[in-house]
Amino acid sequence: MSDVDRHLETFRLEAEDLLREMEEVILLIEDNPADREAIDRLFRAVHTIKGSSGMFGLTDIVSLAHHVETVLEKVRSGTLSVGRALIDLVLASRDHFSAMIEGQNVDMMAVGTVIARLQTMLGGGKAAAPGAAAKKAGGRSKGGAVAAYHIRFLPEPALFCSGTEPALLLEDVRALGECQIVAQTDAIPAWEDFNPENCYLAWDITLSTNGGVNAIRDVFVFVEDISRLEIVDLSGDYTGDPDAPLPKVGEILVDRGDIDQATLHEAMSLQNRVGELLTGLGRVSGEKVASALSQQEVLRKQQTAAQKDTVRVPSSKLDALINLVGELVTNQARLSQIAGAIGNMDLASPIEESDRLTAELRDLVLNVRMMPIGTTFSRFKRLVRDLSAELGKEIDLATEGAETELDKTVIDRLYDPLIHLIRNSVDHGIETPEVRARAGKPSHGTIRLTAAHHGAHVVISIIDDGKGLDTEAIRRKARERQLIAADRELSDKETFALIFKAGLSTAAKVTDVSGRGVGMDVVKREIDALRGTIDIDSELGRGTTIALSLPLTLAIIDGLLVDVESDRYVIPLSAIEECLELTDDRFATSTERNVIQVRGSPIPLLRLRDVFQIDSPRPPLEKTVVVAVGDVRVGIVVDHVIGNHQTVLKSLGRLYRDADCISGATIMGDGNVALILDLAGLVRHSLADEAADVAAARRAARG
Amino acid sequence: MAKVIMTADDSLTIRDIVSYTLTAEGYTVVQAKDGVEALKMITAKPIDMLITDLNMPGMDGIELIKKARAIPAYKFIPIVMLTTESTDGKKQAGKAAGATAWIVKPFKPEELVGVVKKVLR
Repeated sequence: MSDVDRHLETFRLEAEDLLREMEEVILLIEDNPADREAIDRLFRAVHTIKGSSGMFGLTDIVSLAHHVETVLEKVRSGTLSVGRALIDLVLASRDHFSAMIEGQNVDMMAVGTVIARLQTMLGGGKAAAPGAAAKKAGGRSKGGAVAAYHIRFLPEPALFCSGTEPALLLEDVRALGECQIVAQTDAIPAWEDFNPENCYLAWDITLSTNGGVNAIRDVFVFVEDISRLEIVDLSGDYTGDPDAPLPKVGEILVDRGDIDQATLHEAMSLQNRVGELLTGLGRVSGEKVASALSQQEVLRKQQTAAQKDTVRVPSSKLDALINLVGELVTNQARLSQIAGAIGNMDLASPIEESDRLTAELRDLVLNVRMMPIGTTFSRFKRLVRDLSAELGKEIDLATEGAETELDKTVIDRLYDPLIHLIRNSVDHGIETPEVRARAGKPSHGTIRLTAAHHGAHVVISIIDDGKGLDTEAIRRKARERQLIAADRELSDKETFALIFKAGLSTAAKVTDVSGRGVGMDVVKREIDALRGTIDIDSELGRGTTIALSLPLTLAIIDGLLVDVESDRYVIPLSAIEECLELTDDRFATSTERNVIQVRGSPIPLLRLRDVFQIDSPRPPLEKTVVVAVGDVRVGIVVDHVIGNHQTVLKSLGRLYRDADCISGATIMGDGNVALILDLAGLVRHSLADEAADVAAARRAARG
Repeated sequence: MAKVIMTADDSLTIRDIVSYTLTAEGYTVVQAKDGVEALKMITAKPIDMLITDLNMPGMDGIELIKKARAIPAYKFIPIVMLTTESTDGKKQAGKAAGATAWIVKPFKPEELVGVVKKVLR
């Protein structure tokens, strides 16, 4: 790889980050146009893109970036306000950058249009390209026109040691043109500290000359090494426009370096701290402002800390690490089991210690993979924005719980299902502004995307205030398509669940976005594969809530080990409500052996022996494990409950991937394999069986 | 002993190029990605020259130059700003803060080497 290629590669990687940052920040600004920090970040990203691409002669990028930068500069200085048009242009520019950096064929006409629009924003194409600006500046100094300069001559104390006489230098400056010279005397120390060999003076000179900067420099050329000379061209500050605002005193002081930007900001902020203004107006108490400020401070600290102390590691390395830790946990379990069998007291303590260490290591490694889900959330903002514009709808996406952490694998695999669900909400959920207005709703629709921890699960909800699901329409459609029996009565929940069936779409017309009836079944499958559940709630005319409940991690689950005959199974602990002995008095009636009463409520039983067709006599006393799957409670009947078991998940081979009722397997301490039950699949399977039985019985009755 | 030059820039690309170019010339180059990091590094370990970007998050180049100049050991070292033409006012501010010279981005590697050789003579 050549030097240039190497640098280009670095540039591309960096640009990718910057473009992501741009997109994220633009959307922040759209939400809050007054967010100065975000505007600064955006500016910096564009600025860096411009600087770096210049290094590779990517002039198209430099030129576009320059125009964006100029516009943003105006926003920063407060002379231009952020509006929809500006945001659209910056987003369009971002996409052009992205295409240009990737070396795709870029429609330069489109880029030209964006640049033209950016120039219009500046009011009449004032933004000159960088080359032109340089030419203009060069022309002025060579042209010999009179220009004003501020010169600050700050000799080192050791100036005299070189035999220089400052008065002679000032005399030379005076010869260049009309000038005012002011001596700065504040560096002169008290008499006791005064060293007559040192120079304590500095001079501020305002000079009007036609000699140009170089003539001034020539005067001081010999003292360059023992003094600081600042020459500021003031003519740039005078635009020739008599109505243009003169530079503010603060800006002049900053330019001269008498105060720094921070000091100026501090002084400026004294007059416009929002919190203080609000307190002054009596709208909010000082304590509340103080607490808001401290919150901001904490967030900022976290943010900077998070930015600083991070190491990027390819996820393949993490996966390998997790796999190894998984093996270690399994092996540790085996060791403990053997140690327990041997019963050696000397062995017990180190084994226990190593047990603890393994558990800690496992938790730590799993934690490394945890990422805040917010990274995905920000991508959806763009999606909603673009889609709603395309469909002529006004939709806001509000997010909550962006800091909620989930296993990276889960987050990655959630992306597509979430895109699909959000698209559905945008397309089918939220109505057009006119329809909304007629229904007495605000014309602006809202989709809320929330994430929160619920025990060992994370619940992600997509909540829209759209038109809701029409249960009647869904039932009708499902009957038409023969997805359900014509005479079957369905509860609302059951009806909602139908939208996940392939081939069911109630959308009146199919749009580009969604409505082809494919996809929802894919969503369901993906969430199932993540061992998650989907819960739908909807009210016609009011909106729909889709809640995805997902396990925190895929690698390890806490389970309850049970057995039937000699086969072992693991039931995910998070679903278990209680374990019961299946005594006779549990049954509701003496003839109905498939339902038990638990504190008054009936619970259907599901016998693993039947499901897995194990033909051996039941033990005299069976156990039942009551689990909750969504809204359904089921008692799973097994022979014995062995105990808690922390399980490292091994996925089943390709042949068994589609097996119902089983989500994976695990290797036990003694080397045996236990199957992990997929509860949702198990329930689905039994319901299907039952439906088939009922249908068969009906046919038999009719025949 | 090879002279130690620090490049402070939030762009990895620029740091890479500066670093690569000057290392080839026999200098030792250390990198900092913003003013805060640069200041921390130069307080811990001495450098002979600083090449800094102006527009950086956290502490910008101007502030960095000022803070560096405030450290006695760095009162006289060459400090070169890397700037783009759009930040002319800042260039002046950087100069006022104590920068020795500036290089305009985009620059050619030989330009950079020329300036470094001149100020480190």
